[in-house]
Amino acid sequence: MELDPDDVFRDDEDDPENEALRQRASSKELVVYLVDASPKMFSTNCPSEDQKDESHFRIAISCILESLKTQIINRSYDEVAVCFFNTREKKNLQDLNSVFVFNVADREFLDRPTAKFIKELSRLEEFFVKEIGSQHGIVSGSRENSLYNALWVAQALLRKGSAKTADKRILIFTDEDDPFGNIKGGAKADMTRTTLQRVKDAQDLGISIELLPLSQLDREFNVSLFYADLIGLQGEDLAQFVPAAGERMEDMKYQLRKRMFKKRIVRKLTFSVANGVSIEVHTYAFIRPTVLGSITWLDSVTNQPIKIERSFICADTGALMQEPPKHFQTYKNQNVKFSVEELSEIKRVSTGQLRLLGFKPLSCLKDYHNLRPSTFIFPSDEEVIGSTRIFIALHRSMIRLNRFAVAFYGTSSHSQLVALVAQEEIIDSGGQVEPPGMHMICLPYSDDIRHAEELHSGTNAAIPRANEDQIKKAAALIKRIDLKDFSVYQFANPGLQRHYAILQALALEEDDLPEIKDETVPDEEGLARPGVVKAIEEFKLSVYGDKYDESDNAGHKKVSEASKKRKALADGAVQKSAQYNWDALADSGKLKDLTVVELKFYLSAHDLPVSGKKEDLVKRILTHMGK
Amino acid sequence: MHHLLPEVEKICSMIVQKKLVYSKYDEVGVVLFGTEETENELTMEVGGYEHVVVLQNIKVVDGDLVETLKKIPRGTLPGDFLDAIVVGMDMLIKKYSSTNKGKKRLCLITNGLSPIKDPYEGSKEDQVNAIAQQMTSHGMKLESVVVRESVVLDENVSVMEENDRILNLFPKRTCAKMVFVESSTSLLGALKTRSISPVTIFRGDLEISPKLKIKVWVYKKTSEEKFPTLKKYSDKAPSTDKFASHEVKVDFEYKSVEDANKVVPPEQRIKGYQYGPQVVPISADEWDAVKFKPEKSVKVLGFTDSSNIMRHHYMKDVNIFIADPGDQNAILAVSALARAMKEMHKVAILRCVWRQGQGNVVVGALTPNVSDNDHVPDSFYFNVLPFAEDVREFQFPSFSNLPASLLPDEEQQEAADNFVKMLDLAPSDKEEMLQPDFTPNPVLERFYNYLELKSKHPDAAVPPLDKTLKRITEPDPELLAKKKSAIDSLLRHFEVKQNPKLKKSMKRMREKPSGSDEEDNYRRITSKNKVDLIENGVKVEKIGDLTPVQDFELMMSRRDNPEWINRAITEMKNKIHDLIEDSIEGDNYPKALDLLVALRKGCILEQEPKQFNDFLHQLCKFCLEHDLRSFCDFLASKGITLISKTEAVDSDVTEEEARNYLVKREAKPE
Repeated sequence: MELDPDDVFRDDEDDPENEALRQRASSKELVVYLVDASPKMFSTNCPSEDQKDESHFRIAISCILESLKTQIINRSYDEVAVCFFNTREKKNLQDLNSVFVFNVADREFLDRPTAKFIKELSRLEEFFVKEIGSQHGIVSGSRENSLYNALWVAQALLRKGSAKTADKRILIFTDEDDPFGNIKGGAKADMTRTTLQRVKDAQDLGISIELLPLSQLDREFNVSLFYADLIGLQGEDLAQFVPAAGERMEDMKYQLRKRMFKKRIVRKLTFSVANGVSIEVHTYAFIRPTVLGSITWLDSVTNQPIKIERSFICADTGALMQEPPKHFQTYKNQNVKFSVEELSEIKRVSTGQLRLLGFKPLSCLKDYHNLRPSTFIFPSDEEVIGSTRIFIALHRSMIRLNRFAVAFYGTSSHSQLVALVAQEEIIDSGGQVEPPGMHMICLPYSDDIRHAEELHSGTNAAIPRANEDQIKKAAALIKRIDLKDFSVYQFANPGLQRHYAILQALALEEDDLPEIKDETVPDEEGLARPGVVKAIEEFKLSVYGDKYDESDNAGHKKVSEASKKRKALADGAVQKSAQYNWDALADSGKLKDLTVVELKFYLSAHDLPVSGKKEDLVKRILTHMGK
Repeated sequence: MHHLLPEVEKICSMIVQKKLVYSKYDEVGVVLFGTEETENELTMEVGGYEHVVVLQNIKVVDGDLVETLKKIPRGTLPGDFLDAIVVGMDMLIKKYSSTNKGKKRLCLITNGLSPIKDPYEGSKEDQVNAIAQQMTSHGMKLESVVVRESVVLDENVSVMEENDRILNLFPKRTCAKMVFVESSTSLLGALKTRSISPVTIFRGDLEISPKLKIKVWVYKKTSEEKFPTLKKYSDKAPSTDKFASHEVKVDFEYKSVEDANKVVPPEQRIKGYQYGPQVVPISADEWDAVKFKPEKSVKVLGFTDSSNIMRHHYMKDVNIFIADPGDQNAILAVSALARAMKEMHKVAILRCVWRQGQGNVVVGALTPNVSDNDHVPDSFYFNVLPFAEDVREFQFPSFSNLPASLLPDEEQQEAADNFVKMLDLAPSDKEEMLQPDFTPNPVLERFYNYLELKSKHPDAAVPPLDKTLKRITEPDPELLAKKKSAIDSLLRHFEVKQNPKLKKSMKRMREKPSGSDEEDNYRRITSKNKVDLIENGVKVEKIGDLTPVQDFELMMSRRDNPEWINRAITEMKNKIHDLIEDSIEGDNYPKALDLLVALRKGCILEQEPKQFNDFLHQLCKFCLEHDLRSFCDFLASKGITLISKTEAVDSDVTEEEARNYLVKREAKPE
């Protein structure tokens, strides 16, 4: 059976009993993209990356597209709607003018993105003029307010879902910094007022409204004309806004395809500190290998999903049976039976608890004391008041004294000796890099640790050790090839990114695969810099002398015993084989009169397999001779 | 050494028990030294080697060997470990001469406190050299475990130092390893209980640049030993079928979700991946054509400060990089790099593709492992690091931003500091406690012990966790008692209480772990001398009313005095008798039956068929006399029979007689 990869890598701690908790904590995002489709968005051009001019409208669409392609992988349960305003046609539930909600079949206006939706959106330009059309929605003399309409439509779409479980947002793309600029007098004030009122209503319903302004080449988008009031910008933020928004657009386009996980508690634990005093801590899966996403098995003929049915068959009688309640282990020639209860009883040495055993200096935690990803621990006063205070006190002491705690962690199915390493909070310009708390690291037991390094120490001769000079040269080399600001977060998994790219290409029926850059390859250019090359050559000279190129093959020079023997045998066979006139023997049909040993001389001498019956050997020889 | 022997018995029998499961054809012999008697071939052949007893000649492991090791006789004299090593070595040489190189292992367990005799000629060093040479030429390994539990008295210090020096000579001369342990818990973890032949996961170049490649071999350094996978048991085969495998085959069928009757052949299946709400089918061929296919290689991306790598970033079990043992220059190169990295506090960042065709790359950190043993080369540990996708961006409040009510004040902080300092598991004057390298897996130990118990008593209940293993799952009461003041001060300074506002339903189940003695802990600390009493409490001396069957089994399995068996049987008989006598309309019959079944089984196991058979005769007679015929009928209906010759050789009842005994009586009156 193929295992579901999600299941294989499921956290040990992930158990259904916590399902309820998870549900409560999770929330999704509902987003309405409001895209200005006024003629201005099409006429103004600005240079794109590949130096071709692109319209603002196109920039907005491609930004949404990229963001959707990321979202469908990262958070596919989030829902989106794409809505144009200042359009000729109208399509919306309220039947308001100049607002067009873009959609495809089998999908509500606000719904999860589908492949078809993304595909149609990418072909938008082909039918936009014909089916949607662009038209100024706010013209003097008419009471129409397309921006107001658009906000109303968006707000109505976002009525779906409760404000508690969903994060609701409206994103406005426009290059018009003064939408009511061409309206004069009281009408303008009136329109501004009603629009702002509409925005306020939406905000009261828990909807956040964001603006992604598109600046013209010659003139920057002036937020203070109108939008500052709309999104509530003041003072310093005002000046920062436009450049920051530009960055955000870039971010939306180049976001890493990465499945997002909502922060959720994996388990609530009782951490018993000392005689009868226990505090409450929550654990979080902070670092876990990401897997390809769930696999559904399909029938390749119909493309319909299939289900797996498991049945138990008695090997002795062939009878179909229920899942057997007993398991057995063959031991001393008898079958020792265990009931499921007995097995779980054995495993239950300590339950649902984290029990402090003591502290050790950090130097006792060796690099090889690791088995699986760590789990993050953070205190909580939810059930036990006073937990946070003790936790923080211990946390601070452990950091100050350079110590880690040793504890025994037991659940009903798994128990393990663990190290608790206190981690101080680390903050950089981008926010919290490492949260404060403790990391729980599974320690191996004696039988989990192997001693491969001792394997080859059988000889009497001492193992060679590097001398001072060699170490100095190595140090120089290390200094040369230095990754200054290395962070474990910097590499995307090329295999995974490739997978997402393939998936996207197949789902959207794209012709060519997007190129995925493998960030994990070494910097060949950097390695070819003269300074680095010099350091490498000096190290080589110091360690290998002038024999580096020879020793390149050193591994082959010293062949293993077994292969030596094999070689000797083959050599012998060549010699012995030469004593026979094989052609004559074959022609006269006398091969079968030779012994198997004799036949094998020929076979080994010609590097042929020597297995099988005598007839096979003869046949093989004849085939090889071409007879 | 005597007080340690129970622990030695445990680890030795555990080694054999695991061999019975994983390597049934391994051969083991047992040599004791420091015994009153002398019994070994060498003493007969050349003289000397007194007080060394070959308890068990080398033989394929079996159940008897486990039994033998579970009751090692106590010696009376100081033992000479060098003599014992020679005797053991002699046994290996006689049995295998120079075959099986590298598979022969001598394990010495000693406290190293008894003086060794001066050799007839030459010095002790010469003797060790000669032994070491023999070992090397025969391809033997020596593992010495020296137990140093308590402070050594003055007069013994010189002996101890001398012995340590002698034992330390071995690792210098031959393939030998020596470890010191200080507690019974680490003694249990001091020897590998299961041998796994190491396999390289990569052999090839560690590429620092295209111009500098070092030949390395990569092995696993840690790998979790999993709980054994047991087979599912089928009881469908008739009990008469002696060759029944009792195995269960698990069959998988693939069916269309829509039409449950439509079976889809396995080769017609295709994998579908989720893309938004849709599922995109991708065939294996399609996939292979386009998937990420990196070349097999191990490349250094660069070096970085070790502080850039957090300990909690390590993702998996650990690998070890060793220079190709045949390439002297590679050994030097690894040694130079490792030592330089250690001095400079640097780690190397690696990109690894272990095998051709592997669908992904691994990025990890290479950290130096500088060896202090002349015979072990320098090496590197390799830990897998997460990719950007693997790190979840969860935000947590800063501790400093929390309200003061949640933060410790100065006094509290001081109490915590003191607590962390005092509850020290690695004091400078003693062995580090719970060192992973010497800590056995309590769950696996418990499983194999239970397996052994069940092989003898199929109905035995899971015994509580062994006292020595509890030192792993629970805090050490001795340590707690010693540092009581630090603990008390911590408790005084902090207050915890249950949140009263919380509804009961929100509380999660707080199961009590099996074999827990949490409550006991406190009592133990306050009155340490009671500890022994409590521990001894498990030894059953009487069959109680609550768990008579378990009590009986425990009594029967007591090995300290053969009288226990007779006493258990007698007590059990009385219990059954009482039950029947007190029975009102047969209400005690099922209970009595349970006891009778247990008694029957016990009698078969202990080869006491006559005791049971006589009792059954007696019981039936008693029933008939006291108008309790219904009990006999009840027994007959439940298939209770006498113990026949086939079940226990000592019985004089044939199978047929046994079966007909109760039936016959029943048939008549009608």
